[in-house]
Formats: sequence, C-alpha cells, structure tokens
Amino acid sequence: MGLNRRTFLNTILGGGFLGWLGSFFYPVLTFLVPPKIPEANVQSVNAGAIADIPPNSSKILKFGRIPVLLIRTKTGKFSAVAATCTHLDCTVQYRKDRQDIWCACHNGTYNLAGRNISGPPPKPLNQYVINIVDKEVLISKPKQVG
Amino acid sequence: MFKKTIDWLDERFNIQPLFEFMSHKEVPVHKHSLWYYMGGVAMILFVVQAMTGMLLLLYYQPGVDSAYESIRFITTKVSFGWLFRSVHSWSANLMVFFVFVHMFSAFFTRTYAKPRELTWVTGAVLFLLAMVFGFSGYLLPWNELAFFATKVGTDIAGAVPIIGEPIKVLLRGGDSVTGATLSRFYAFHIALLPAIFTVMLFLHLLFVQRQGMHEPEFFKELPTEKKRMMPFFPNFILRDVLLWGVILNILLYLAVFFPWELGVKADAFAPAPEGIRPEWYFMFMFQSLKLLPAHFLIMEGEVFGILFFGIGGLVWFSVPFWDVYIKESIRPKVLKWFGIIVIIFILIMTAWGYLV
Repeated sequence: MGLNRRTFLNTILGGGFLGWLGSFFYPVLTFLVPPKIPEANVQSVNAGAIADIPPNSSKILKFGRIPVLLIRTKTGKFSAVAATCTHLDCTVQYRKDRQDIWCACHNGTYNLAGRNISGPPPKPLNQYVINIVDKEVLISKPKQVG
Repeated sequence: MFKKTIDWLDERFNIQPLFEFMSHKEVPVHKHSLWYYMGGVAMILFVVQAMTGMLLLLYYQPGVDSAYESIRFITTKVSFGWLFRSVHSWSANLMVFFVFVHMFSAFFTRTYAKPRELTWVTGAVLFLLAMVFGFSGYLLPWNELAFFATKVGTDIAGAVPIIGEPIKVLLRGGDSVTGATLSRFYAFHIALLPAIFTVMLFLHLLFVQRQGMHEPEFFKELPTEKKRMMPFFPNFILRDVLLWGVILNILLYLAVFFPWELGVKADAFAPAPEGIRPEWYFMFMFQSLKLLPAHFLIMEGEVFGILFFGIGGLVWFSVPFWDVYIKESIRPKVLKWFGIIVIIFILIMTAWGYLV
C-alpha cells in the first residue's frame, strides 16, 4: 500500500507533536538537574595545635565541603578519616568510652583506622594523611582504602 | 433565599440530576460499616493540612539560615503560631495514621476487587504521596533529626540500581543535603505535591461516588429485604461530620497539650546524634535496614532492603490484579493471612525501632 495523503499528514503531524513534546520536556528535565558548582580543590587543612587537642578526643573539620573526623587516641596518636558513613551518609562520631568510630543512624562501627567492623556499613571510611608540622596537625588528601 | 440560589444555578447549569443522584445514593449498614468513615477522616485532616500549611507559609522562610529561625519565630512570636504549627504537625501524623487504617480496612474487606481496581490504585498513589508529603515536610524546620533523616532517606533512593544516583542528585539538588535540598523539598511540599494530591483525591472520590459503596460478600448474599441501607445524604454525611468533629477535638487536644518540638538546628558538620530516627511511619523500614548486615546474599545489605521493600510495595499495591489468580475457595483466607503478616511485620519492626 502506498503512502496516501492521510497517513502522510498523520505522520507529519504526529512527528511534529512528538518534537513539540520533546522541546517542552527537554528544558524542564535539564532544569531539574542542578548545575555543577566548582569546588575549591582543598589539598590540606590545618587542624590546630597539638596542645589544643587532648588525648582521647575528636573533632570534625571541614575539608572543602566534606566533613573529616580527626581523632587523638588515648596514647596521643592522631588519625583522620572521612566522617561520612559508607552505609547511608550520616556523619559518624568518635566514642571515647569504646575508642571506636560509631554511626548513630544505624549503629555501624569502624575501628580507628576507619575499617568497618560491625553493623551495616559495607565499606571502610577513607583515611586522611596526618602530618605534624611545627606542633600543628595538618590533614591532607586521603589514601584510598578498600 | 437558598432555594432561589439553587433555582438560579439549576436554570443555568442543570444541577438537578446531581441532587437526584445524591438523594438516591445509599450506604450499606452492617458490622463493618465503621470502616466506611476512615477515608473521610483522612480527607478532613488533609483539609486541615492545607489550611494550616497556607497560614504557616505567611511566615516560613526556606533557607539554611532562615528556616529554623522562622519556625522559632512562628512558635514564639506570632499569635497562635505555636498552635498552627503544632496542629500542622499533629494532623500530618494523624492523617498518615488514618490513611494506613483506611488502606488496611480496604484490603481486609477486599473492596479493591473488580470493579474498584482503579480506586485502589489512586488510593495507593495517595498513600505514597502522603508519605512523600511527610518526608519533605519533615526537613523544612531544618533541625538535626530531619537533616540526618533526609540524608539517610535520599541515600536510600540513591542505592536503587541504575536510576538511583540521578534520582538522589535530583532530590538533593546536588551531591549532598544542603540548602539546595531544602529549597527543593519546600517546592515539592507546597506546590508539586499538593497539586498532584488534589487531582488524585478528586479522581479517588469521583470513582467512589460513581461506583457507590462496596458491599462485603456476606452483605451481597443477603436477600434485598434484609439489606439495611442508609441514605448517603443527609444520614451518612451527618455521621461523617460528627466523627470529623471528634477527630478535630482530639487533634486540638494533642496540639495544645503536646506541642510539637522544634529540636536542635541542623549542622552539616556535627555528628549524627544518638537516637536519630525518622517519622514513625518510616520506622519499620528504618529498623529493617538497621538489622541488615553489610552484605546479604550477593548484594549490599541496603540494596537488598530497598529491593525487598520496593518489590513488597509493588506486590501490595497491585493486589487487585493478582488476587484473581488465587483459587476462589482459598482466596479470602490467603489474603487475610497475607495482610496479617504484613501488619505484624510493620508492628514488630516499629516497636523494635522504638524500644532498642
């Protein structure tokens, strides 16, 4: 069967309608995707003087837009890990009494090196590098773990 | 005067058939009639939500630096601000509760069966929208609990295979929960969701009105003279209104004597507080995710959890389309036990979540 006038017009109109739908939805859908905001490329962060961080304590620092957990153990050693739980994105904390890292959301625990030891976290926390310069604690970009 | 207005309208729009329809509509009276009222209660609570929500909008300011402060302003400085905010929160919770009751009663009385499949489906959409309403509204005060609940909730969406990540970014307005997320949730909560919800509610009610009230099996089998019926208007409507009055009084009592707390302002760089938990209606899923190990079968625990609830939800909401494949003699029994198991699961997980 050849192409008659009706099918020809239907195809043109139908195609035009689909094109119109596309030209309507494409801008809407792309509008919904947030634009990438350039992030400052932070290489290291100064966590302050050693003397200001007592043993068996912790603090959360801003590493660019990422929270990092700095821990000083009972023995005075430093370690720093990404503070975002690998399970569902909550911010973890240091538990002084048990000397481990704990996520309050779903009861996940990590050891001080960031390795997941119990509960639902599927992966370890990224470890950051600690350098002591002029009695100040410097935290720099992580070593990839796991 | 009233008659004159009606006549004036009737002359122009021919509304007499509508009155005809209303005067003939009847509601069956039997031992399960109580359940007919649950949808109406959920609906009146939605109206309360819309009204108090509109009032709160006059003062609420979305934004990381203003959301929490504006709600504190509403509850401490604005006349009756504490009341409207508390009513909004309590009525949201009561609404979800009655939506649950309405849904389970529809399930157990099997009102979803042919020809009411689409009433059930629109109801299912309304149920899901009510949950999203709750989830998006929960973040608006920008407090600690809501902040982490939103992180967890959106991250769960992100764990869905393939489409999860784009959905997460779309919901959050970026990679993490920030002011951009708050703006989006605000837009969903006050514009997008109410619009879709209203259309769905209209359809749901239209279907109910068009098809009339469902009659349970035992009632259908009664001889016509033994079937007790009640006129929809005014008898049923007046009972509806009476119950709404009771519910609104309970709501007011709760709002006044147990005002909704505002909590601590969210801080993106503070650890998640102990006792973090979502709204009670998400608790059973939250607790299940908590119990799952890091890896389950061949996948990560959370992916398994999401698939479990995703498929479970799909099975539940598509019940009108598969229950016909169960042998008719055992169908009521099978479905009854299916419903009971679902309820027991939800109750145990919820209680566990609060007790542990």
